[in-house]
Amino acid sequence: MIHEKSEGLSDNTSSPKIAERAEAQVQRFSRLNRVLHISMIISFISLALTGMTLKFSYTGWAFFLSGLFGGFESAGYIHRFAAVIMFIVFITHIIDLVRIKRKEKKSFKEFIFGFDSMLFNRNDWKDFIGSVKWFIGLGKRPEYGRWTYWEKFDYFAVFWGIFIIGSTGLTLWFPEFLTQFVPGWVINVATIIHSDEALLATGFIFTVHFFNTHLRPEKFPMDIVIFSGRVSIEEFKLDRPKEYNEMVEKGELEKYLVEPYPPIVIRTIKIFGWTALTIGFSIIIWIIYAMIFAYR
Amino acid sequence: MYLKGSFSEPKKIFIINFFSIFLFLLFTSSLYPQDNSDCLMCHEDNSLTGTRNGKTISVFVNEKKLSSSVHEGVNCISCHVDLEGTDVHDDDVEKAKCNLCHDDIQAKFDKSLHGKALSGGDKLAPACQNCHGSHDIVPIKNLKSKVAPINIPGLCGQCHKEGSPVQLQRNIPQTHILENYSESIHGEGLLKKGLIVTATCVSCHTAHDILSHTDSKSSIARKNIANTCAKCHAEIELVHRKVIKGALWEKEANILPACVDCHQPHKARKVFYDQGMADQDCLDCHSRKNIKASIDGRSLFVDYSGLKDSRHTNISCSQCHSQVSPSHVRPCDSIVQKVDCTSCHAEVGEEYQLSTHGKLKAKNDLNAPVCSECHGTHDVLGKTNPLSSIFPINIPALCAKCHREGESAAVRYKGTEVDIVKNYTESIHGKGLMKSGLTVTATCTGCHTAHRELPHSDSLSSVNPANIPSTCGNCHHGIQEQFEKSIHSTKITQTDKELPTCEDCHTAHKIIRADSEGFKLKIMDQCGRCHQAIAETYFDTYHGKVSQLGYTKTAKCYDCHGAHDIMPVENPVSHLNRKNIVETCKKCHTNANKQFAGYFTHATHHDPEKYPWLFWTFWGMTGLLIFTFVIAGIHTLLWLPRSLQWRRELKRQKSINTDKNDNQEQL
Repeated sequence: MIHEKSEGLSDNTSSPKIAERAEAQVQRFSRLNRVLHISMIISFISLALTGMTLKFSYTGWAFFLSGLFGGFESAGYIHRFAAVIMFIVFITHIIDLVRIKRKEKKSFKEFIFGFDSMLFNRNDWKDFIGSVKWFIGLGKRPEYGRWTYWEKFDYFAVFWGIFIIGSTGLTLWFPEFLTQFVPGWVINVATIIHSDEALLATGFIFTVHFFNTHLRPEKFPMDIVIFSGRVSIEEFKLDRPKEYNEMVEKGELEKYLVEPYPPIVIRTIKIFGWTALTIGFSIIIWIIYAMIFAYR
Repeated sequence: MYLKGSFSEPKKIFIINFFSIFLFLLFTSSLYPQDNSDCLMCHEDNSLTGTRNGKTISVFVNEKKLSSSVHEGVNCISCHVDLEGTDVHDDDVEKAKCNLCHDDIQAKFDKSLHGKALSGGDKLAPACQNCHGSHDIVPIKNLKSKVAPINIPGLCGQCHKEGSPVQLQRNIPQTHILENYSESIHGEGLLKKGLIVTATCVSCHTAHDILSHTDSKSSIARKNIANTCAKCHAEIELVHRKVIKGALWEKEANILPACVDCHQPHKARKVFYDQGMADQDCLDCHSRKNIKASIDGRSLFVDYSGLKDSRHTNISCSQCHSQVSPSHVRPCDSIVQKVDCTSCHAEVGEEYQLSTHGKLKAKNDLNAPVCSECHGTHDVLGKTNPLSSIFPINIPALCAKCHREGESAAVRYKGTEVDIVKNYTESIHGKGLMKSGLTVTATCTGCHTAHRELPHSDSLSSVNPANIPSTCGNCHHGIQEQFEKSIHSTKITQTDKELPTCEDCHTAHKIIRADSEGFKLKIMDQCGRCHQAIAETYFDTYHGKVSQLGYTKTAKCYDCHGAHDIMPVENPVSHLNRKNIVETCKKCHTNANKQFAGYFTHATHHDPEKYPWLFWTFWGMTGLLIFTFVIAGIHTLLWLPRSLQWRRELKRQKSINTDKNDNQEQL
């Protein structure tokens, strides 16, 4: 939510040479956020794969995948284990937010409505209108800042998803406990919500989110900034001119300049990224197939 | 004389003379035999008694009987010789003498066991009259005769029956003589059929020279037995020549079996003894390996060793090949029919005729199996013999001869079962039988019966749907009891629809273990064949979805509804009755409670009437999904062309920058 200053950056700021070098990169995401995102990807894909086998159990693919996971029973264990990871990611992020707020000694107002807040504000609305105008040829590309509105939407989609899918998931995990307080049909309702919300989440992430961040032509085939955390100044300048300008105005740009990762790290990141993308698209194809050809 | 003084002299002389003549006559008359009428003057009186050895006995003589006896015309004193010449006699007269006339018989008798005992003073020993009677002896041909054949067993039995003093006190090795005899072929002939020429006691033991079998002169001595029997059974050696080998019969009687070794004395039963002459006669020709039928050239060789080890080891050739004529040179030339097993196995024959096999045979179908096809011919073995073709383990192979795919019966069969033999072999029954050698498991005949196989459509068939529960129940009795109380049983539910029986769920030949994965997963389809709608909704919910992934530990139809004991929910013993349902859930969900049991296991979100919550939740979620994707989709599609433009723009700027840098470097 907050553009955190990485502690590891202090060394780099003392070296002014970096800014002059062509390959100098801007640090956009903290190490924790990157780790959380990677954890979430692994967790999310695991949840999606294991969950979809159950949702689309009537397809041959489901049977095959279930077998790949060592049968339904172990698929269930994987699903619940991945869910726990997701909860941990979520809680860690909340704790991180609280920590940052305390560290930067911001008021709630600043924290929520500040320039790098993840919450929707007037600027996002302006960006959205500007984007639509740009799309239909009525204006120039808006100068996007630290967070675009579609990134904020994705962010809150996860929030929403974790609440909806997480709560219904727990209901299905502990039905015997929960039915001490609610009638049995709530389990049936929870099943529908869990399953359809999961369909929405996977569908959204693997199509809209993938397009917004990776597949749109200027980023094609993928944007690895969320894994590396850093982007070239050049690209940064063009993609997020507003953020760049603010940094320059504040004279803080130097603080965020870092060395690029060596090629081996980039290659590893790309392999991971390709794997995630491939699995994601496969799931989409599978869902479309199941919905159109095998639905019941 | 007191008369003398009362008469005159001349008169005296006359009286003396007359008296003298009378006395003379009286005296001289004793020189001639007394007339029977003399005796009968007194002995006619049926109240006349005398004593013998201190006992009072009747000495009445029935003249009528005497005159109709064999001794009619014989004087009393001819037998009662000690009374000759006496007038009125004292008691304790001697016994009548038979030997005066029957001296040859008496001689034999004296040497016999009876005679020796009698002369030895044995009080139990019989004398002539004990058997023959006294004054009333009638001809032996008269059935009233005590020694007429028909009366002989009774007569001898007086002393030799079980519990008599003779039997108890004297050393007689045989027991139950009379009973055994009366049950023997001889005794039955005599006593039940009145065949008076059959052997009685005296036929074998003789009438008077009865001797111990250890006495070499005895008619029942080992070496004499054959002769004794042969008195009636002439040429018995021919019948026995296989055993006796003709000439050895008498020559080496001591080492050869005697008649009684096989045909026990007194017990000679109406049983068939070891093969008689017939077999040997038949084998004279049929033991030749190259013997062939003149009509079709088929081999007529009979492997005698197979026959000997067979179930029919005690049956002679002619009992099965019953049309032989022993008087013919070739006794078999009168055979026109094949062996008819039903002459002994009548009940089995009746069953066979009801069966499809029998019906085909009646139509002279060439493929129809007859007895010998399954049971063999001369080497027929019992079903408990592992070598037998009908030993349980061998039955599948036996039936497969015709019922394997491509074979005669399988080609003819038009039903739905395929690969019957293969499927059976892989089934739980087949594995039990063929792999584990569990001979009590179900074989082909276990379900289809051995002799009354009928198609399942026949109401008499053991595999007719109506009869299947009891057929399976032959072994699975407990299941049958449960099933017949359940809603699937025709005994409980009256309906036009077809109710399931065992094989509908378990299949006919592929039957696998009910606890195997394959069965558990398949059973849902089985139930779904009839309960289509409910099966579909099952697959819409958790249990069904999980099952579909091949997971068997989840609840399947029978886990909740019961397998064989399915009852309507309102029945208090139903697993799904209000009182029992929580317990049913608890089988898997140990902490289940009443509200937990309210989970809809067959819910569908397509039914707003029955499940409004599910219906509206589903459509609410679907609406959200569609809404989100429509908005995001439009956004993305609009973005795409601009993004392409932007990509080009970025490239342009990048090249400008690069040029700038290059220029700077050059500068």
